[in-house]
Amino acid sequence: MHIDWLAFTPGPSLLGGVLLGIATSAYVLLHGRILGISGIIGGLLRPVKQMWVWRIVLLLGILSSPLWAIFLWDMYPVQIIDAGWPAVILAGLLVGFGAQYGSGCTSGHGICGLSRLSPRSLIAIISFMFSGFVIVYVLRHLL
Amino acid sequence: MKKHFSLLSQYLIGVLFGFGLMISGMSNPQKILNFLDIAGDWDPSLLFVMLGAVLVGLCGFYVVSKRSQSFFGGTLHLPAKKEITRPLVIGSLIFGAGWGLAGFCPGPAIVALGVGHLKALVFILAMLAGMEICERFFMSKSEED
Repeated sequence: MHIDWLAFTPGPSLLGGVLLGIATSAYVLLHGRILGISGIIGGLLRPVKQMWVWRIVLLLGILSSPLWAIFLWDMYPVQIIDAGWPAVILAGLLVGFGAQYGSGCTSGHGICGLSRLSPRSLIAIISFMFSGFVIVYVLRHLL
Repeated sequence: MKKHFSLLSQYLIGVLFGFGLMISGMSNPQKILNFLDIAGDWDPSLLFVMLGAVLVGLCGFYVVSKRSQSFFGGTLHLPAKKEITRPLVIGSLIFGAGWGLAGFCPGPAIVALGVGHLKALVFILAMLAGMEICERFFMSKSEED
């Protein structure tokens, strides 16, 4: 293991994490629900009356957040997408299927689950981190 | 009035969540992949994202655990399931494989869609298809939370 000190951003990552924590806390305190993005998106497939407006509004908030960042601070988020089209499609299918089958994703299990000290979420996190490590190892070091 | 305020708060929470993803670096697929690449040039930043999010989240969920209603007066909808099931583990393993393949998870993909990346749009459509496939062919009603 070799740490890439040039790419390492403990400060901004900690600050961004605190914002994620504030958003999930505000969501559960104000609305009584887990801020799990896959669950919120998945709920659009089987819309329950009244709930879908809320889901759309929250997703619109995330969708428009880069526009606010550009408008308020002239900050354009860095996003480098190396994956090719077939990989993007396969990744989408796996992420969608896996989040639905495993009842959550990086936000629901990762942030909310750990904050709730949920053993189920801890197992989910260990599972998806493990397969993430394996896939990246295979793609970057074996192929 | 309360309903409008509630909706506005949903929007603002979404914006805040997006800011968190962007500032932390979570919304950059390459940064995710550099975190998952423990055998290469490893970028441990994501651990600090989790640290910040969970430290605040612990406080938030602690306050919620002392309440019977949300601040807007609605009932609390917290997951009740406790048992470790096969779908939980297998689903999460599959999720991680997709995460490691492109560096995208659901939240960051929506941010990337907002930035205008076409690949994010394709990813999200594929993700919806994956969810629908699971919902239609692999889920019994009793497995849903």
